[in-house]
Amino acid sequence: MSFEIPEDRRYLETHEWAHHEDGTVRVGITDFAQDELGDVVFVELPEVGDEVTADEAFGVIESIKAVSDLYAPISGTVTGRNEELFDRPELVNEDPFGDGWMLGLDPDDPDDLDDLMDPDEYGDQIE
Amino acid sequence: MSLRQPPLRDRHEAAGAQFTDFGGWEMPVEFDSVRTEHEAVRESAGIFDVSHMGEIEVSGPGAPELMDRLLTDSVADLDRGRATYCAITDEDGVMLDDTVVYRRPSGEFLFVPNAGHDAETDERWVDHRDRWDLMATVENRTEDYAMFAVQGPDAVELVAEAADAPDLAELSRFGATDETVAGVECQVSRTGYTGEDGFELILPWDGAGAVWDAIDCQPCGLGARDTLRLEAGLLLSGQDFHPGDNPRTPYEADIGWSVDLDHEFVGRDALRAVDEAGPDERIVGLRPEERGIPRSGYTITTEEGEEIGEVTSGTMSPTLGHPIAMGYVPVEYAEEGTDVRVVIRGDPKKATVVDKRFLDE
Repeated sequence: MSFEIPEDRRYLETHEWAHHEDGTVRVGITDFAQDELGDVVFVELPEVGDEVTADEAFGVIESIKAVSDLYAPISGTVTGRNEELFDRPELVNEDPFGDGWMLGLDPDDPDDLDDLMDPDEYGDQIE
Repeated sequence: MSLRQPPLRDRHEAAGAQFTDFGGWEMPVEFDSVRTEHEAVRESAGIFDVSHMGEIEVSGPGAPELMDRLLTDSVADLDRGRATYCAITDEDGVMLDDTVVYRRPSGEFLFVPNAGHDAETDERWVDHRDRWDLMATVENRTEDYAMFAVQGPDAVELVAEAADAPDLAELSRFGATDETVAGVECQVSRTGYTGEDGFELILPWDGAGAVWDAIDCQPCGLGARDTLRLEAGLLLSGQDFHPGDNPRTPYEADIGWSVDLDHEFVGRDALRAVDEAGPDERIVGLRPEERGIPRSGYTITTEEGEEIGEVTSGTMSPTLGHPIAMGYVPVEYAEEGTDVRVVIRGDPKKATVVDKRFLDE
């Protein structure tokens, strides 16, 4: 089975992605992660204005069969969250890199993104 | 320790199944998605490989007495071609397992302990046979028999066609008969663990592939089996009761109807006392009123925050579209409509005690 790994973003070992666009870093989980979880039925996210810390849990995602923590790829302040997921958590399965996004962050230091895995490295990890 | 494998393990893997360790067995947990499989069973039909379930055969002149004295229901007079659901209890009336007991057409017994319980149950039967000096043969046939469940509104027609036996549609609930499917002799019973109509088939290990192929419907894993049984309010041995971690009597587990106190069995005296006094705690259904999914192990409290119990099973219900759960609470909190709280990651969330047969809501 092959999974989508967009070239335009960075990845965390725990299967979150981070995408830098216009000063904001968007965060979500990967195609591989949504497939492993199965049907996503619940997402718990921090409030706008909350601080998140790199490699620490910022929220929770539940599928029918499992509960998993969500980890922040970088440290920053929450500037937006995808509230659409509260009513339609299945968007994470349907479009993990697009409509299934989770957080928008104002990064403490955008250069922190360079410490994350690039698409090739992440691809090797899930092989 | 290496995991035991069902006969069609490699075939399931080739079909794209994900696997899980359940009761010491490597079993398919998901073929497509839990939701897809669950919906197939509620709307049309699904087939489950449940070969991890145990099979123990008991025969001989002492078999009826041996069975009777180790089960909460009396089965000595069970008619040939009939089955019954009951519990296996210890001297304290604590449930060791629950099981379905079949009376074969030949008169011998076949019963189905849960996954991973076959060896200890076999030993329990042999020990008591010897202690009571009964003439009975006890055989653990768990790795001689495969077991499939075909469940859903279309299941009866599918199996009847595969067996070329239209009469199967007339088989009553908890009835069992022998039929040939794809050249393989199967015990076919009108039983299941999903809240739907359907059959369970017990068949020779070597015939598993032929029978699986002859019944064309959605393959389902243990993930969907769990959401289906939970919606129907059915207990999962080892999770909703466990002799070590969560010792429960059948009365606490709300299956008091499966206890026949008029026959002698291990645990009867203790259970008679519980029946007369009433249990202190009882399993109930829980309907969350706030966002969040109660899961096994989460604490149940009163509105004021006093701990009163623990969730034993919980999930998002694919059929109902909201979370459902079961757990034990003191009987004074067990009445339907009682407001309680379930603590989800530190936050007490409102929940209402409801009938655990969630499908009937």
